Amino acid sequence: MGRVRTIARRSFLIGSAAVLGGVAFGTYLAVRPKDNPLADGLAEGEAAFNPFVKITIDTITLIVPHADKGQGVQSSQAALIAEELDVELDQVTLSFGKPSAAYYNTAFADEGVPFMSFDHSTAATTARRVAGGVVRAIGLQGTGGSTSMPDSFDKLRVAGAVARETLKQAAASKTGISVADLKTANGAVQLPDGTEIAYTDLAADAANIDPVERVTLREPSEWRLIGKPMQRTDIMAKSTGTLDYGIDLTVEGMVHAAVRTNPRRSAMNSYDAAAAKEMRGVAQIVEVTNGVAVISDNFWRANQAVNAIECDWADASYPADMDGHWATVDASFIPENLNTAWRADGDIDLGLGNNDVMSAEYRAPYVAHQPLEPIGAIIRIDKDGAEVWAGHQLPGFVCSMVAEIAGCEADKVIFHNQFMGGSFGHRLEFDNITQAAEIAVQMRGTPVKLTYSREEDFTHDFPRQIGMAKAQGFVKDGKVAGASLDIATPSAIGSQSGRSGFGVAGPDAQIVAGAWNMPYDIPDLRVRGYKVPELAPISSWRSVGASTAGFFAESFIDELIHAAGADQLEERLRMCNHDVHRKVLEAVGAMSNWGSDLGEGRGRGIAFVESFGVPVAEVIEVTMTDRGIKIDKVYVAADVGRVVDPINFENLVQGGVIWGLGHAMNSEITYTDGLADQTNFHAHEGMRMYQTPQIEVLGLENAEHIRGIGEPPVPPAAPALANAIFATTGQRLREMPFHNFIDFV
Amino acid sequence: MKLTVNGNDHDINVEDDMPLLWVLRDELGVTGVKYGCGIAQCGACTVHMDGVAVRSCQVAAASADGADVVTIEGLGTPDAMHVVQAAWVEHQVAQCGYCQSGQIMQAATLLDTNPDPSDEDIDLVMSGNLCRCGTYPRIRAAIKTAATNLKEA
Repeated sequence: MGRVRTIARRSFLIGSAAVLGGVAFGTYLAVRPKDNPLADGLAEGEAAFNPFVKITIDTITLIVPHADKGQGVQSSQAALIAEELDVELDQVTLSFGKPSAAYYNTAFADEGVPFMSFDHSTAATTARRVAGGVVRAIGLQGTGGSTSMPDSFDKLRVAGAVARETLKQAAASKTGISVADLKTANGAVQLPDGTEIAYTDLAADAANIDPVERVTLREPSEWRLIGKPMQRTDIMAKSTGTLDYGIDLTVEGMVHAAVRTNPRRSAMNSYDAAAAKEMRGVAQIVEVTNGVAVISDNFWRANQAVNAIECDWADASYPADMDGHWATVDASFIPENLNTAWRADGDIDLGLGNNDVMSAEYRAPYVAHQPLEPIGAIIRIDKDGAEVWAGHQLPGFVCSMVAEIAGCEADKVIFHNQFMGGSFGHRLEFDNITQAAEIAVQMRGTPVKLTYSREEDFTHDFPRQIGMAKAQGFVKDGKVAGASLDIATPSAIGSQSGRSGFGVAGPDAQIVAGAWNMPYDIPDLRVRGYKVPELAPISSWRSVGASTAGFFAESFIDELIHAAGADQLEERLRMCNHDVHRKVLEAVGAMSNWGSDLGEGRGRGIAFVESFGVPVAEVIEVTMTDRGIKIDKVYVAADVGRVVDPINFENLVQGGVIWGLGHAMNSEITYTDGLADQTNFHAHEGMRMYQTPQIEVLGLENAEHIRGIGEPPVPPAAPALANAIFATTGQRLREMPFHNFIDFV
Repeated sequence: MKLTVNGNDHDINVEDDMPLLWVLRDELGVTGVKYGCGIAQCGACTVHMDGVAVRSCQVAAASADGADVVTIEGLGTPDAMHVVQAAWVEHQVAQCGYCQSGQIMQAATLLDTNPDPSDEDIDLVMSGNLCRCGTYPRIRAAIKTAATNLKEA
């Protein structure tokens, strides 16, 4: 018999911070259980056991609190509940639920604390708990930061188990049979004689008893679903064109809207809509913050008309051209801008003084999110409330922002979260929500469907941070002996939270994410983050800081190892300071047959970055052809502690690698006269199929805690490619996008 | 203009230059066809017009007059999937899924004209369809499965 885990329902509701209960007032607030949003509006005979499971006379509903941007989290969260509840996924209705503080996401807190992911010391654990307590106190329900699985894995299984045990208790009371003699399967309690009582038939009885307080989670050996290939619950709809995204919805009486706002992200001085007013279908022209919108009966007509409006835009608050952006970044490596020294092992200043120093400088550009479904929203504002249909990662903020514009309380805003046609961080922003609300408040009672044109979306993206690194280091006796990485970027989290009105205090770990926590022991190692004053407005882009800092760090490590004359894998293994991480490196070495001869004109590179607590190593093989570099194959090893669905895991890792490679090779956002130069996919493609390599994926499960896989495959892709190109051609690429410096097939 | 969409006849009064994409989506409520870029760079709006895959954002209403249009909803349904759709389910291609209507319509045309496509053929024909989630490895595999199943059918 394995380890039996007993979790009290009380501690499920209030979480691990219960150990801090009562210590201080703030902590008390942090551990007070949140109200169950399903308890409102329950009819006679309906039972809501906790915020995640609701059973009525004919329906079992599972609430999956994390938004689905395409990462398949509705399916995998439902599987966690179903695993313990003993239902099959085709027996249940799935819902994103209504926004509620009960769905707070404490895993958000893990990334911001200055401790290595594998540091489980008292100090590190306390810091995470305190940070988690803050998130819980404000009830931040959100999806992002690869947190869905770490947030849900225990919570949703416990939710399923509590509901199951309560239903068994209800069946026991009803039949007089002991709970110990009851079994559950397929959404029913089974009696010893084989009779089955459907959960739905027990809902009324279960509603009248207190939920069972203590449950035991099943051992992994007993799992039916977790760890085995699953069929995503949305796969049929997404393969037959029958899934409605936000952009596809129709609401009774709805009108279409298109907007144009200042692409320099500042005010509109004036506009002339005379021509637009005469165009077919134009019903109304209304002003919104920094721009203007057209209401019509068809999006195309609205968009044609809005583009016929002559607008006079004010200047941008950020530098008009890229020279100004880069100059500001370059001027930020000064003590006043020092955000913090996140890593300081040994004495790097002494080491740099006593050795032959090699130096390098790296750059990363702005890059756009541009999920394929353009952003938008449907909003109807009534006399004393509002209703919103949109896909968003922060539902609570959507409600409060719409409420402010509508002039009502946030709890009078009904939000229907939608499946999203991608996000990559884009749907953490609110322009589409606030603009739709600004239009809707001018025509109360009429549902307004705002859709962005691709051009409006591109020129108003909040791109990934621009950044630079200045690196110095030295080698000794064939080994990497010292490294100093100074990294300067504006704060994506700061830019973002400034717009949401939710301030984030303290240094921004994302500036140096993927670099400060490099899992290497180097005698003298320092990583410092410098905060660049805000330039163009920026936001979290799939893998956030690690997409830039990971490139800087693993490129420079590669340069140092080359200078030391050591093998790129062997030296990383020698420096690796943690067993779980070492196994990841060893695995990718074995998968890729590292060290074997690839033949003339071919070569390989490696990169190893930890982000969101997940160590990911990638080896990339390339060929130098007469038409340029061809990427042949990518090998990926990653350790997330527990792979919930191996199929979805592989798909997300492959997609993350393609995301990382495509943008590193081909894409940037640049500004001229304050305007983004890239207005559609012809100028910012990411990766297309003809450039896509074969990608072999291995998921390891040695890590102690479960982690998410949405973002961690991204950061190693760019440095692994640059390192492979160096190994093959001798050309060192220190700036993205690479296609500015080398051709790709 | 007259238009047949998934076997249903329509008589529609729209501007000559309204793209077929918006006729389908906002005039007829056929939303399986997606808007992605509006300039033939992403392929999300791919439909079959008189049997040929076209980017519906580039087809003016006037030039579609009298055409027979098939969208993803007309290719097959959850109860009676087209062989390409079945392969997409088998390989669990979709992540966000927003591009997949267009990918499937393009792949169906590819297999109509080339029942046994090589890797190069697939890359060539499918590179006009963007997938921001990066499901390309699964799209390749699903096309090969569909090709095999078509041969056996």
